[in-house]
Amino acid sequence: MNISAFRKGASAVALASAAALVLAGCSGSDNNAGGGDGEVTLTVATFNDFGYTEALLKEYSAAHPNVKVVHNRAATSNDARANYFQKLGKSGLADIEAIEVDWLPEVMKYSDMLAPVPEKLHDRWLGWKVDAATDANKNLIGYGTDIGPEAICYRSDLFAAAGLPTDRAEVTALLTGGWDKYFEIGNEYSTRTGKAFFDSAGGTYQGMINQVEAAYENPKNGDVIATDNADVKKIYDEVLAASKTQSAKLGQWSDDWNAGLADGAFATMLCPGWMLGVIEGNAKNVTGWDIANVFPGGGGNWGGSYLTVPAKGKNVAAAQELADWLTAPEQQIKAFGNSGNFPSQNEALTDATLLEATNAYFNNAPIGSIFSERAKAVSVSPFKGEKYFQINDAMQKALTRVEEGTQDADTSWKQWVSEVKALK
Amino acid sequence: MSSTTTAPHGAQSRRRGTRRVGFGGAFSRWDLKLSPYLYISPFFILFAVVGLFPIAFTGVISFMEWDLVRNSGEFIGFEQYAYVLSQPKFWIALRNTFSIFLLSSVPQLIVAVFIASLLDKNIRAKTFWRMGVLVPYVMAPVAVALIFSNMFGDRYGIINTLIQTIGLEPIPWHSNAFFSHIAIATMVNFRWTGYNILILLAAMQAVSRDYYEAATVDGAGPIRQFFSITLPSLKPTLIFVIITSTIGGLQIFDEPRMYDQFGTGGANNQWLTISLYLYNIGWGEWNFGRAAALAWILFIIILLIGVINLFVTRSLVRDEGGHRPPTRRERRIIARDLAASTAPRASQPTDSEVKR
Repeated sequence: MNISAFRKGASAVALASAAALVLAGCSGSDNNAGGGDGEVTLTVATFNDFGYTEALLKEYSAAHPNVKVVHNRAATSNDARANYFQKLGKSGLADIEAIEVDWLPEVMKYSDMLAPVPEKLHDRWLGWKVDAATDANKNLIGYGTDIGPEAICYRSDLFAAAGLPTDRAEVTALLTGGWDKYFEIGNEYSTRTGKAFFDSAGGTYQGMINQVEAAYENPKNGDVIATDNADVKKIYDEVLAASKTQSAKLGQWSDDWNAGLADGAFATMLCPGWMLGVIEGNAKNVTGWDIANVFPGGGGNWGGSYLTVPAKGKNVAAAQELADWLTAPEQQIKAFGNSGNFPSQNEALTDATLLEATNAYFNNAPIGSIFSERAKAVSVSPFKGEKYFQINDAMQKALTRVEEGTQDADTSWKQWVSEVKALK
Repeated sequence: MSSTTTAPHGAQSRRRGTRRVGFGGAFSRWDLKLSPYLYISPFFILFAVVGLFPIAFTGVISFMEWDLVRNSGEFIGFEQYAYVLSQPKFWIALRNTFSIFLLSSVPQLIVAVFIASLLDKNIRAKTFWRMGVLVPYVMAPVAVALIFSNMFGDRYGIINTLIQTIGLEPIPWHSNAFFSHIAIATMVNFRWTGYNILILLAAMQAVSRDYYEAATVDGAGPIRQFFSITLPSLKPTLIFVIITSTIGGLQIFDEPRMYDQFGTGGANNQWLTISLYLYNIGWGEWNFGRAAALAWILFIIILLIGVINLFVTRSLVRDEGGHRPPTRRERRIIARDLAASTAPRASQPTDSEVKR
């Protein structure tokens, strides 16, 4: 999960401070909001593209003539994160602030500083989406926007060359099962072609660890259990055993990885909905990428966002109303149409517009129905405490050390254990 | 003595007295005493606000477990310092910082002196070449880092592709610490060599041409002239350049931060520098108490190196004397003369007198 936070940040460090300044400037100017006769100016701060177009926001103003909505967009999730924590305890945040799942654990530490979502709305979202943003006092602090249910993307041309089935339904049948099944097919592919099956141990590990309910910390008291957790060690060993022959060893989001997407360096990868745009963007001229309605070991989610309402804001009630409206199924379907962000609302998943959506680049795959089914397959909401981010980051580095050949699996594991033990 | 010194003093105050025009005596005196301080005060006031206060604040929270969001902290003494110093990561970061600093500064200065001396010669289109070397300096460091990081890609990077076409093994630019330092030092050199060239060139042009003429008449070739005239005259400028590149080198951040997609210094901390480590602790873990402690440690390191620099500088400047330091040959001659004249005299003064 940490990867996607850095993905967006790494290439735009210079923008970070500039964007923070811009945000500061924008949010500073809204201080005169709420004056006059019931006139309210609400600020909404998001990042990347949430699909909240001017036209969509105008709809709200049309229904609520006394409300003016100002939308500020940060360039990257990392910029938004820096801005969020620098101002959360002070002032200057927008009335509605978007947050990403990657830094949700950090936000949860300050859940008392956010206005909770009214109880009656809790049924709107998928259960695991709600669970992840609910604190110890049973307060839900985020209005779910989008999610990243995972499927498997594959290169049908490379599959054909290896004598594997290429049809979407056949590939789905081929890969249905646990991770052992996935690695078994991978082994078959690699022995036949001598090429890599998946992109990196790190990316694959992320899909596997997200199916473990309590991987690194004890949900009851937050104690670090990562180094003694047999599940973690098992996944570590499993993925590195497969990595020897099946991994292209290209760290996700690296320049080499981007080039590898177009180069056919690997035949499959774990694929949340938002990844489709990344693949298409990096491999425009490649035909053959397709998507199978399957994910090893059940379901998995990677990424997604929430809207939060800082309790210190000047127009908390009005902001809650707007956040409620923005994350309602109808609006989120429109946002999906605008930017492809996959909705997290139960009702939206059965919406006709969503189910009919297809993607021409991925061989006209019915992505709406595929990801809708993938979202329903997610059964585990992994617990992520305060140290989740650091432990997982250290683990990603441990896997990278083995893949780049600086250390063997045992040494790297031991270094990870000592790093985790030193955390405090 | 006292009578001679008081006389001009009296004369001076009389002269000042006649210069007073509109203001009363007291005001004029205050004006004279305070104005200079008033004129330079904006800098110091600004420095106190944006420099001194953050430095002091950093010092305070470095002794605390600080929560940025709640803006509160718990005093824990030297625990943060102890933690940072006990981390193997810190020592690796220190090693990397010095390694990158040496790999960038040393070749950079040698190349800069060499190119500056070429530009100092009579060449066509002087201004074009002189501006040309400064172009990389104008580029934003992040842009430079992005371009170079792409070139240094392990598998699809242009440099490894070139290396492979001539039949050599690709270089592990990211997994090997030494090669990652070379790659990062290359970015630094690309940006800063031109800047140093211009400063050194300016110093070279200040050297009197008479020396060169005299040397030519004496039959010294260009190489001899470079080592005997140019280089010794550059000493004060070189010291300045070395100090600035030391400070810059120890704070290196942009290039290692942009070197891979995560910006945290590599899976095995191959190119983790001190300031990058500081950033990771502060803005990655939101642990500002610990980051502040690390900032102070970095400050002390820079201070130590500054003191060493000062001593080196002082001894060099003292050497220099009036015009230029004696060359090695001259020193040898002086030493021989000294030995010939003082040593025997000290042991057997009468003998030598007798022999003469």
